Amino acid sequence: MSAQSNYRDVFDATAHPDARKAWLPRMKIAAIEQFEALGFPTTRDEDWHFTSVSPIAERTFKPVRPSPSTLTAADLAPFTYGQSDWHLLVFVNGHYEPALSSFAQLDVDAQVMTFSEAFKEAPELLAERLGTLAPRTQAFTALNTAFMADGVVIRVPVDIALEAPVHILHLTDAHATNASQHPRTLVIAERGAQVTLVESFATIGGGTYFTNHVAEVIVGDGARVDHYKVQREGGAAYHVGTTQATQGRDSIYHSFSFATGAQLSRTNVYAKLLGENCEVRLNGLYALEEAQHADHQTFVEHIAPSCSSREVYKGILDGTSHGVFNGKVFVHPEAQKTDGKQTNKALLLSEGARVDSKPQLEIFADDVKCTHGATVGRLDDMALFYMKSRGIGADRARALLTYAFAAEVLELIELEPLKVALEALLFERFIPPDAA
Amino acid sequence: MLKIDNLTANVADKQILKGISLAVNPGEVHAIMGPNGSGKSTLAQVIAGHPGYEVTGGTVTFEGQDLLDMDAEVRAQAGIFLAFQYPVEIPGVSNAYFLRAAYNEIRKARGEEEVDPMEFLDVMTEKLKIVEMTEEMLQRSVNAGFSGGEKKRNEILQMAVLEPTLAILDETDSGLDIDALRIVAEGVNKLKRPDRSTIVVTHYQRLLNYIVPDYVHVLAQGRIIRSGGKELALELEERGYDWLLDTAGASA
Repeated sequence: MSAQSNYRDVFDATAHPDARKAWLPRMKIAAIEQFEALGFPTTRDEDWHFTSVSPIAERTFKPVRPSPSTLTAADLAPFTYGQSDWHLLVFVNGHYEPALSSFAQLDVDAQVMTFSEAFKEAPELLAERLGTLAPRTQAFTALNTAFMADGVVIRVPVDIALEAPVHILHLTDAHATNASQHPRTLVIAERGAQVTLVESFATIGGGTYFTNHVAEVIVGDGARVDHYKVQREGGAAYHVGTTQATQGRDSIYHSFSFATGAQLSRTNVYAKLLGENCEVRLNGLYALEEAQHADHQTFVEHIAPSCSSREVYKGILDGTSHGVFNGKVFVHPEAQKTDGKQTNKALLLSEGARVDSKPQLEIFADDVKCTHGATVGRLDDMALFYMKSRGIGADRARALLTYAFAAEVLELIELEPLKVALEALLFERFIPPDAA
Repeated sequence: MLKIDNLTANVADKQILKGISLAVNPGEVHAIMGPNGSGKSTLAQVIAGHPGYEVTGGTVTFEGQDLLDMDAEVRAQAGIFLAFQYPVEIPGVSNAYFLRAAYNEIRKARGEEEVDPMEFLDVMTEKLKIVEMTEEMLQRSVNAGFSGGEKKRNEILQMAVLEPTLAILDETDSGLDIDALRIVAEGVNKLKRPDRSTIVVTHYQRLLNYIVPDYVHVLAQGRIIRSGGKELALELEERGYDWLLDTAGASA
């Protein structure tokens, strides 16, 4: 029996209590059918050439059943970046935990709520917008749509700036072992609205589990969305995540992806520039060790003219880890005056580490400026000598330069508390304690 | 303090230093001059322990110890400092962190207590004045985006913090305008002490108007072809290097 029909069986055996919203079961049934037709991608698919998902496909991860969480606010502390005045929505094993969540004062008319709440209070939001962006041709997205249990919807009305960032924290614990969670996020920033969203994934003693996340982000005309993703899943976890953003004219979308977790992960960040004069930044940092595998794919689709895209992705690879970066930029014939720049750098700390980097520019307009650069290397000998010539020992000089390589890209994070927290994480990781 | 005896060194199998002998005593300022490609910078880098050069013969001792047997960081901890001709940019590490890390390594090597960031800031307040730099420079990444003059001042700032017994300035004057040159030279002079020595590597006499040498050595084709007092530098300024090279060539 094929991997996808296993999931069909699981789907059929799952109750769908939200049947009262008739459109939702219809969408889910369509999604599982689509998933069955697509099947899991293989390395014969161009987009998955360097990443085999067979460890995920070979087993059937069932969604975690809701069970009362034993976690307390204190357990969350390592994952909240020291911020108590953000909107915090906590999910444990894919299920919303109201007792652990907290909300800042909310502007009039803005909505930050779970899907379950939205069905009661603003059902039209989901009915109209959910699933309109997520790529329909991707098996993992279809699987998410079929199995999503709950999610978060954020709507910021015209010309409103949501002051407090929204943090969606997905935690797993031992209950998630051998199970899956399919978190879903929908962001609607209306004309001139502004919002900052942080999505974090972490584990507290979780074993092998599978996170399959989808985020849809609608950035209206003149709106701005800052979107951070922090993937610190457990070392035995599998993580697949896809973010799809669409941008109206004069809008700004900034995405930052930070990934240190999971034994196998794939992170997709896609942006469609639909209106003129948009700005998109897709930045990221991953740090891998042992046998970890992390694949990042970005896709910027320049549809309207006079938009700019900027991408900086960096990776640090140790052990026998394997990193993959595929940065696609597609410039449609109408997208004149496109200004695109992509940089991808990887630092290999060991002989056994490997990175495959594939920039992919397809340009069908003639008046554009698009550049890309990729480097794969080891620590700079001159910089090492410079540090040593100041009395800093070889091991520590290497540690500092490794940290510096990472810190340079963290500088691009505009949400200061998050930047500071991630710097601290990497500092601890790369700099030996006696050297602090 | 420093004793170099018949030193030979290669880079990528090409011999650059062909038998250098030089003795520097405490408190002395030695200038090493010479045309491009003479081996001046190589000599500076070999003393500092650059791994790209292969020492093929001769000895170098520093305060009685075999310098060639030490790693670069051990040489620095022993009191040797090289101000780089091309200071390296290190984006992602703040100048303050870098300086404190180096300062504490040197203190540890001297058996002194390490300092915390607040104590270090006090140390820095004094040192910054020496090179007319502001605290803002400490928060920037090491040399990243610095102008040529800022980089050279940053080198002298590091020297002021680490207080070496032997400072080697490798073409510190190159690319400096007259104001930056004055600041850098005055910084070096303020750090002078009877127990500290300086080797100034330069192509031009200009810097030596500010940092007055006790001895001037002319390096050409990997050898010291002439040594003298500070008046030798003035003579070179007037006559260029060719007359010396001709003399050396004739005597070879």
